[in-house]
Amino acid sequence: MDEQVLKVQKIKNGIVIDHIPCGMSLKVLKILGIQGDIGSTVTLAMHVKSSRGWKDIVKIEDRYLDDREIDKISLIAPSATVNFIENYKVVRKHRVEIPSVVKGIVKCMNPRCITNHKEPIQSEFYVISKTPITIKCKYCGREMNAEDIVENII
Amino acid sequence: MFKGKDIVSIGDLSKSDMERIFEVAEEMIPIAKGERKSDLLKGYILANLFFEPSTRTRMSFEAAMYRLGGKVLGFSNPSSTSLSKGETLADTVRMMDAYSDVIVIRHPLEGAARLAAEFAENPVINAGDGAGQHPTQTLLDIFTILQEFAHVEGLKVTLVGDLRYGRTVHSLAIALSNLGAEIHLVSPRTLKMPGHILREMKTSPEVHENIEEVIEISDVFYVTRIQRERFPDPTEYMKVAGSYKISLELTKRMKDTAIIMHPLPRVDEISFEVDKTKHARYFKQAFYGVPIRMALLSLVLGVM
Repeated sequence: MDEQVLKVQKIKNGIVIDHIPCGMSLKVLKILGIQGDIGSTVTLAMHVKSSRGWKDIVKIEDRYLDDREIDKISLIAPSATVNFIENYKVVRKHRVEIPSVVKGIVKCMNPRCITNHKEPIQSEFYVISKTPITIKCKYCGREMNAEDIVENII
Repeated sequence: MFKGKDIVSIGDLSKSDMERIFEVAEEMIPIAKGERKSDLLKGYILANLFFEPSTRTRMSFEAAMYRLGGKVLGFSNPSSTSLSKGETLADTVRMMDAYSDVIVIRHPLEGAARLAAEFAENPVINAGDGAGQHPTQTLLDIFTILQEFAHVEGLKVTLVGDLRYGRTVHSLAIALSNLGAEIHLVSPRTLKMPGHILREMKTSPEVHENIEEVIEISDVFYVTRIQRERFPDPTEYMKVAGSYKISLELTKRMKDTAIIMHPLPRVDEISFEVDKTKHARYFKQAFYGVPIRMALLSLVLGVM
């Protein structure tokens, strides 16, 4: 068994978010709302060698992700793959994909935007660049980058 | 097809859309002046939703509607409406939509017109949303230039003053560069054109420290007001504002055919003596707001 595998142990049930761009794993945890003790084991590895260069990995036991959460991850870690693990086996593998429209998962950072004032609408952004990620508010036109997105995840 | 179209952002209009608007506006000039009568919009109602004070824009929409035989309802003081009771903009828009055929909206929040357009069945025209878009102003600005020069391509247009917060210069700069004008920017260091606007421009503008550098070469000077409240230090304001002022002296060095524009209201960035010179066009420019808005109303209502 090689050294890399030993570093990041297998999990029985849960998810493995692999191929996260180097340095982005803490942000991935943040947008998934994982702070403090969540009652299950979270393993995080940064700067791990892979066939495609360097990456981060996050493993969360006994937790699964819904499509909305996968969309959130795609915004800041577009190269990531999400593996669903059951009984030590990968039962489902997802390559995340940046949608062309981001609806209801990020709040516009512009306090003067109409979407931040009690109106019956969801926030909506157009993805105007995938690398580096830039989204543009459909309503006020404000552009937001990866940092801004992490700070404004709903 | 224009019928039913929302005019929220200048970016919603293609080059041919703009050409069509200018063509109709040209036909509207004699009616806007009162030289010819029209009842093109007889039986139509415009709802003017002004959540923020405005003189020129609101009145020119009213004039446009009345000149074409239509009627206007609305408000210019939101404190007298149910908004002060906490009603959402979405609800106000849906209600006004049911009472009228076309909505014109000015609102202090950015994106308000886009929201209104989503909730209204009838066409919505943005008359300015916060620091955001003000497409009818951009259209009348370009129309003014076209009336004077008959083309935009190759013209040297200098934008002067507050290029950071002045919303009219943002969409104007983008539209003019797309139409092939050569843009020059003159502003205090703290009030420079924002980067995202520069990125949207087709060609990079030339940036100048002071107006002297372009005084002899510019075809159009588009002057904007530098607001006192942008400067915490009043002496700094006095120093800055003075150096971006168009004086009578300065106009003597301009090209013979050069014109001076201003979205108004003006405070003291253009001295009053300049009004009588052959270069002043700001009042004519304000007049062109009427035929442009007549054209837009007739087009989105589908009668042209």
